[in-house]
Amino acid sequence: MTPARKTRHRTLRATLPRTLQRALMAALVLCLGAPLAAQQSLPPAPYADRQLDDPVQEAAAQELMASLRCLECQSQAIDDSNSPMAGDMRHQVRIRIAAGEDPEAIRGWLMERYGDYVSYTPQVSATTWPLFAVPLLILLVAGAIFWRRFGKRA
Amino acid sequence: MSGWRLWVPLLLFAGFLGVAGYQLSQPGDDAIQSRMVGKPLPEFDLRPATQDRPGIASAQFGDGQPRLLNIWASWCVPCVAEAPYLDQLQEQGAEIVGVAIRDRPEDVARFLERHGNPYVAIGADDISEVQFGIGSSGVPETFVIDGSGRITYQHIGDIRESDVPVLLEKLAEAGA
Repeated sequence: MTPARKTRHRTLRATLPRTLQRALMAALVLCLGAPLAAQQSLPPAPYADRQLDDPVQEAAAQELMASLRCLECQSQAIDDSNSPMAGDMRHQVRIRIAAGEDPEAIRGWLMERYGDYVSYTPQVSATTWPLFAVPLLILLVAGAIFWRRFGKRA
Repeated sequence: MSGWRLWVPLLLFAGFLGVAGYQLSQPGDDAIQSRMVGKPLPEFDLRPATQDRPGIASAQFGDGQPRLLNIWASWCVPCVAEAPYLDQLQEQGAEIVGVAIRDRPEDVARFLERHGNPYVAIGADDISEVQFGIGSSGVPETFVIDGSGRITYQHIGDIRESDVPVLLEKLAEAGA
């Protein structure tokens, strides 16, 4: 920031009364907030925040929702997100479980659309196999080193 | 232990740093591509999102006419930015159907009045059912649906000027 700018910024703050400053800030926040609030103007999907009547089914739904990733908010599970889209995903999970669908089939249905991104349960695939193979390899190498160092002496 | 072996861990670590540094310097792509491209549209039937346009149902696709399926919402800011380019697409012969996500009829009507209405039909998707069905993860997104009701292309984000010819080309391909 150039010195000239800094001074101008300071004088603006000094000349504006504090209440006006606050009002301007509030107006700015409201402008930014209005479109965000609008996507929640509709009531959430019926089963977004309502538990299933059957506790066993609800438990299965909860378990699945904890391992599905919110598409809109990133790095949050859908059971943990207030985003309207996460609510719609919870609705999908609950009505499908209530209809008797297997939780893993629901995960499969989502992965068919969004790929690995949507699931927090890693699957072995062409791109993820090193995640599973490398730890095994390291254990084997470490075991071999230990065996050579200490195994022979015993 | 011979001398060169001592360097192996350090070299491995340097290699790791190199890979990590390279990946960090690459711009991230956080768009989630739909895996439904190439597959037929899932089944749906949506009520009209506004009074002066009909709703849409998956059964209407597959009549030989390729279409653009635009996922949008009146509360979505980038949708305002893409509105003029949707108009351009429509003027150049594209048939555009809309899916309004979690929207109220009065908000939809106000948006269309203000930013133009290039749609032949708009369905209301109150629970993101169609959005999940076609593998869309946000608004706006635009899909090309070919004459047999198959999804052939996905455009993520708002349509910019440079995307208009691309979408027209994909639409022409879908009609062939």
